[in-house]
Amino acid sequence: MKLIFEQGHPGRGTDYLGPCDVPMVSIHGALREKPLRLPEVSEIEVDRHYSQLARRTHGVNDGFYPLGSCTMKYNPAINEYAASLPGFTQVHPLQEADTAQGCREVCERLKAMLCEITGMDAMTLQPAAGAHGEFTGLLLIKAYHRAMGHTGRTKILVPDSAHGTNPASASMAGFEVVSIASDENGFVDLGALKAAAKEDVAGLMLTNPNTVGLFDPQILEITRIVHEAGGLNYYDGANLNAVMGVARPGDMGFDVVHLNLHKTFSTPHGGGGPGSGPNGCKQFLAPFLPGQDTPESIGNVRSFGGNFLVAVRALTYLMTIGREGVPQAAKHAVLNANYMRVKLSDLFPMAYDRICMHEFVMSLEKLKEETGVSALDVAKAMLDHGIHPPTMYFPLIVHEALMVEPTETETRETLDEAVRVLREIWEKAQQDPSSMHHLPETTPVCRPDEVAAARNPRIRYDFEAMGR
Amino acid sequence: MTFPKNLMYTKTHEWVLLNDDGTALVGITDYAQDQLGDLVFVNLPEPGDTVTAGESFADVESVKAVSDVLSPVTGEVAEINEVLADEPQRMNQEPYESWFIKVREITDRAELMDADAYQAFVATC
Repeated sequence: MKLIFEQGHPGRGTDYLGPCDVPMVSIHGALREKPLRLPEVSEIEVDRHYSQLARRTHGVNDGFYPLGSCTMKYNPAINEYAASLPGFTQVHPLQEADTAQGCREVCERLKAMLCEITGMDAMTLQPAAGAHGEFTGLLLIKAYHRAMGHTGRTKILVPDSAHGTNPASASMAGFEVVSIASDENGFVDLGALKAAAKEDVAGLMLTNPNTVGLFDPQILEITRIVHEAGGLNYYDGANLNAVMGVARPGDMGFDVVHLNLHKTFSTPHGGGGPGSGPNGCKQFLAPFLPGQDTPESIGNVRSFGGNFLVAVRALTYLMTIGREGVPQAAKHAVLNANYMRVKLSDLFPMAYDRICMHEFVMSLEKLKEETGVSALDVAKAMLDHGIHPPTMYFPLIVHEALMVEPTETETRETLDEAVRVLREIWEKAQQDPSSMHHLPETTPVCRPDEVAAARNPRIRYDFEAMGR
Repeated sequence: MTFPKNLMYTKTHEWVLLNDDGTALVGITDYAQDQLGDLVFVNLPEPGDTVTAGESFADVESVKAVSDVLSPVTGEVAEINEVLADEPQRMNQEPYESWFIKVREITDRAELMDADAYQAFVATC
């Protein structure tokens, strides 16, 4: 299909909005001297362009989307209704506070609910996404140690099963990352943790349930070891969907958390978002939170109150499912994952074959050895059946990993169909493995050359090269 | 998969060639490149930097993941293999020719295995 820059005609635009009635102001002396090369297209061209893009992609509204560790649950339409109310969309962050009390109430009510769910005392809605929340949480830990005069605490402990963003956020926040090995069950190795928990440790970052979909039964011991060494415990909320309303990070010994509203609390994500990564903390860290006028505050991490309309959606979600619905959603998410795991485990070896939480990890190492068909080939084959592939090659501690997270919003029929498709793909891999390396065949883009794309990325439109 | 006899190996899948002149060449093993898949980028240290046995000195990026590369020895980086920056696929094609760094003034080593021990270790991975 044509890119938007390859459409339109010089001087073309839209007439529907009427002429501009704001006086023109010269910005002579600004950095940009040449006009921006914006596409000059009519409204219908833009409209069709986006419709065409939408047809070439796969969203949760198109089909099953069991992307592990991403919680691609359905986002109910009532969330969109609430977020499109003019009282929320026609508000400006700089208008007087007494004219935007409804919006403030949305934020305060949401914060109170999120504190209740996480067992935290205070919350900020500023961070714009998960990794931003991680970064902000680490700045809180840093500010705390600085205020306490703990200058030698420079290290953050991160299990080797962690999301890649954990060590990256710790690095960005100026910490040194120490990787903690996992034991043979996929849990934190307590011996390795004890050896690393010394006087130079600022804190531990942990996802629980972890990235192999297991709830660490030693969690109280883990957080105690870190606390006794003088560090703080950071909870990565990526997998909160498995335990929300059932177990609280605050009760597990965590001091700071971030949540992904776009995962757990049913707001859109995947290629668009925007996301929202609120941070919660215990009372002793509350003075350091961003977005408040206290001497201890780490300052703003984003303008104003964060991605406000995402907060509106999350509050709508929580108010519609209610206090009973929160733990019910978590339990159904766990049930759906275990249902699929059991129905697949005779053909697809599980990395850790036991009751899982909201997701499970299969290792296709044996299939690859025997047939040459890799996790990538299986993932690509699923696209021909209208299913978005699971997360591939993660966590790194499992070879040829496929990580499946069905979420609670899928029907039993959808899960059965996905199981049938995966079993059919397994069968095909045995009988005709060579045909598997070229799939998918029915998607608008079949198999892009990922290696060439990574080695020679072209990430902006080159007008000169395209002769425009 | 090959395991050249003249090299020593780490449990984290790096190889090291200990030269008679007291320098060493360091790279990643055939098994490592096979597990990582097509490599697209390598981040190397600068000549003059210090590397420490058992600690990360470089990272490699494949289409699957970014991985740390740990140094088998402690010493000073004498030279880096700049060819790898332009042709990262060489790490896949000829892992034992594709040295990352040459180290001098070596003062310490990580726990190293010979080729037979490493081959046996890989069989358990």
